[in-house]
Amino acid sequence: MADLKVKVAGVEFNNPLIAASGTFGFGREYSEFYPLSTLGGISCKGITLQARPGNPAPRIAETPSGILNAVGLQNPGVDHFVKEDLPWLKEQNTVIIANIAGNSYDDYCKMAEKLSDTAVDMIELNISCPNVKSGGVQFGTSCESVGAITKAVRKYCKKPLIIKLSPNVTDIVSIAQSAEAEGADAISMINTLTGMRIDINTGRPIIRNNTGGLSGPAVFPVAVRMVYQVAQAVNIPIIGMGGISTWQDAAEMLIAGATALQIGTVLFKDPYAPVKINKGLNEFLDSKGIKSVTELTKTIKPW
Amino acid sequence: MKYDVCNARLIKSKEIAKGIFDFVIECPQLAQKAQAGQFAHIAVPGKTLRRPISICDATDQTLRIVFQIKGEGTQILSETKVGESIDILAPLGHGFTIPKGKKIAFVGGGIGVPPMLYSAKRADNAVAILGFRNKDAVILEEDFKSVCSKVYVATDDGSYGIHGFTTDILKDVIDEVDMVCSCGPTPMLKALAAICKEHNTPCQVSLEERMGCGIGACLVCACKTLDKNGNVEHSHVCKKGPVYNAEEVVW
Repeated sequence: MADLKVKVAGVEFNNPLIAASGTFGFGREYSEFYPLSTLGGISCKGITLQARPGNPAPRIAETPSGILNAVGLQNPGVDHFVKEDLPWLKEQNTVIIANIAGNSYDDYCKMAEKLSDTAVDMIELNISCPNVKSGGVQFGTSCESVGAITKAVRKYCKKPLIIKLSPNVTDIVSIAQSAEAEGADAISMINTLTGMRIDINTGRPIIRNNTGGLSGPAVFPVAVRMVYQVAQAVNIPIIGMGGISTWQDAAEMLIAGATALQIGTVLFKDPYAPVKINKGLNEFLDSKGIKSVTELTKTIKPW
Repeated sequence: MKYDVCNARLIKSKEIAKGIFDFVIECPQLAQKAQAGQFAHIAVPGKTLRRPISICDATDQTLRIVFQIKGEGTQILSETKVGESIDILAPLGHGFTIPKGKKIAFVGGGIGVPPMLYSAKRADNAVAILGFRNKDAVILEEDFKSVCSKVYVATDDGSYGIHGFTTDILKDVIDEVDMVCSCGPTPMLKALAAICKEHNTPCQVSLEERMGCGIGACLVCACKTLDKNGNVEHSHVCKKGPVYNAEEVVW
């Protein structure tokens, strides 16, 4: 049995698999399948300062090897999260990451300040949600804005701070460097790629928001490429995500440069994916004679 | 654990109308938990999402689903051979509440007909009102006859049964029933709900929406409903639904 423990920004995870924000709610539903300690951590559904109703349906469309979604950050607000969800989550023996999104610097700073006085283990800054008019991605698409929001939140954030990056940018490497320069403790990447499907009979987009975020196996190679490029350019750890569905994908993402992983879309088809991926990773490491999963990180040998 | 995924064996498959398949699946541990109006979330080889399909009937040993080919996923599912296994997550969602000792009208439209069967079975006195496009689309009539005191069948074009809509029939029988349970196209449900409201008859409706996880975590299958304080909210068809009291739904 290899050691699956990993450490990101001083926080220890029992294994590298973290449930990705937006796919796992606040954990209660999946706790009806297995103990949540099966996962290294949970990145909770994106929360905002005030409750949000989210977008009208349809919010999802299937695509070749993936899905488009546009939920629009439906959530009960940060205070509800702290009072109703966090105490229960903290009993689940897994790392709890609060994912926060906002309309303004002030929103992000207020939430970071509030959450710094709670039991959350880490804060993930969602500056990459493509599905809301304002509230995220406008902060995530240039080096200047990512640097500025990271710097602003850093002042109020006493927890390890993860910046979640959008792939819908020209140069993700320089954006990651801006986050690092302004005090990010880790990068998580990638959020979804913007996409669209149209019903050919009606001419209407399938998703009511017209566009949505693409996730699932379809985006995996894009994610691997971006994680690889960013890992070559920053010194802070990367939580890699984007279409990871199998233990082979998990191993590949670690080799590309990730220290930990998030999984999301795969859960919809196979709720037990974390159990299977951990088991597969473990056997892979054993077969290679590797004692710790941390030894895989960034072992890529580019041509 | 509340939820379970099972690789269950298909023991019967029949195309009962053009593009509509009747599957019986052997999965005792899931079937014994199934309640009227719940659904099964079925994985299809090669597809990223499961397909939510209402439970048509259940025994101690089996689940029965009746589904229509709507796209590639249901096409692939329909090609499953008897003896092969189906990856099924069930039973999910909040089903119909069927009170004892009541006369209940079960109203189904098109592919909304199948979930009414198991529901009708649970009632002490069931009346079925089934609507279809035409004669060729009529399904499950005999099954309903075996569990209902009266079965009305209507077709849009009059090619079979009564020429008209389920709403026309409900208007005629509503004074004889204590409650209405329904599943079908949204305009039909909306019209049924209006008739029930006029007659002060309780009405439950089963809604449909494009779905992701099926258990209430991903929040994609939103529909507008009223919360307990009467405020409009987005609730989720897979968890709070698919069955709602009609008064809760913001049409």
